[in-house]
Amino acid sequence: MRRVIALLALVGLIALGGWVWLTRPVPLEEDALAGLEGDAARGEAVFWAAGCASCHAAPETEDEERLVLAGGQRFESPFGTFVAPNISPDPEHGIGAWDFEAFANAMLRGISPEGQHYFPAFPYTAYLRADPQDVADLWAYWQDLPHSEAPDAPHEIGFPFNIRRNLGVWKRLYMDDGWAVAGDLTEQETRGRYLAEALAHCGECHTPRDALGGLDRTRWLAGAPNPAGDGRIPDIRPGTLGWSQSEIAGYLQSGFTPEFDVAGGSMANVVRSLSQLPREDLDAIAAYLLRVEG
Amino acid sequence: MKSSHIFASGALALVIGTGAVLADPIRDAIDARQAQFTLFAYNIGPLVQMAQGDIDYDSEIAQRSADNLAALTHTHQDRHWPEGSDNASVDNTRALPSIWEDAEDFASKFADLRAATAAFQEAAGQDLASLQGALGPVGNACAACHDANRAEE
Repeated sequence: MRRVIALLALVGLIALGGWVWLTRPVPLEEDALAGLEGDAARGEAVFWAAGCASCHAAPETEDEERLVLAGGQRFESPFGTFVAPNISPDPEHGIGAWDFEAFANAMLRGISPEGQHYFPAFPYTAYLRADPQDVADLWAYWQDLPHSEAPDAPHEIGFPFNIRRNLGVWKRLYMDDGWAVAGDLTEQETRGRYLAEALAHCGECHTPRDALGGLDRTRWLAGAPNPAGDGRIPDIRPGTLGWSQSEIAGYLQSGFTPEFDVAGGSMANVVRSLSQLPREDLDAIAAYLLRVEG
Repeated sequence: MKSSHIFASGALALVIGTGAVLADPIRDAIDARQAQFTLFAYNIGPLVQMAQGDIDYDSEIAQRSADNLAALTHTHQDRHWPEGSDNASVDNTRALPSIWEDAEDFASKFADLRAATAAFQEAAGQDLASLQGALGPVGNACAACHDANRAEE
């Protein structure tokens, strides 16, 4: 009997050890950020391309207010409701006390300064493809953003999904740094792919997810149920959308569809961010979208 | 011959009469307001195309289109939005019940559109840069109400 207990304890320990190993946060290599100097002026374009304000600006804000990353927007999902935190440079309520390494580990690895996993509502599964130089530029731009003293609201996530440590396994399954659209791309399409897949994270809403909430990359941008309930997030593959390159770019610039309708819903926030980019970047995103299969 | 004539006109009267019974004031109101939004879209079209550089700037077309947009926001809306014409009550509309639940907010969003199109009317005919600068608030006014009061497709 004693041997059985000892054996069970051993099996338990091994399982625990395996879990600890599988779920551990894996930060950036020490030299990954070596020698990077951020340029705040370049960082502004990264800020709009990455859509930071689309989720982290307070609900229903416009224009200059969107630079105040006070948080508070709510994001429903099958796992519960995520509430965007304050990521303004306020040292107490936001992330002003972070250093660049902490910021880069959040963006590129989904790890907090305390070494915890972030929930993938924060789209680090896209940002992990970002050029570390862009992250450095973004962090330089961040320093002059307005401060907010808004307190964070807790996420409303039930057991077992609220155990962050388990996300280590999820990350092993879904942290894929490859490109969804492969093959020979022109320079413009390659730029568009970088903007769309690494920064603008179009796939986070427009690609369907599996039961564990991971993106089904075999149905890239094929549309998905709207996690907030109403309707569907549209299929934006060229065969379904049927818009020309200039119609897509024009839509991202002005928010008007080729029928001169105006986007509402969460896409209105996305357009508010993307419309700040130079037209050639929007043309590049459009060129990329026309290369998506389907 | 005569009797078949009488029969035919009787049948015709029946058909017309049935049509009259089926006339649907809710459907008529929805048709009217959807036609109104078609007019908005048709008039904003060349303005968006000019702003995006898809067509050349033409101050006369810009001014006339902007005039039309502004004029459309001055039509009385009450008969376009009867109770019971929301998407929970009838088909073929994306109008959410929130329009009636918070009528004050709906009216204020329509007033925002009126203000944005008035400013746009001042700017659109001047030059391309003025047009581009004033188009954003018009789009935002449209989007704000679509966000709150229009169902996703």
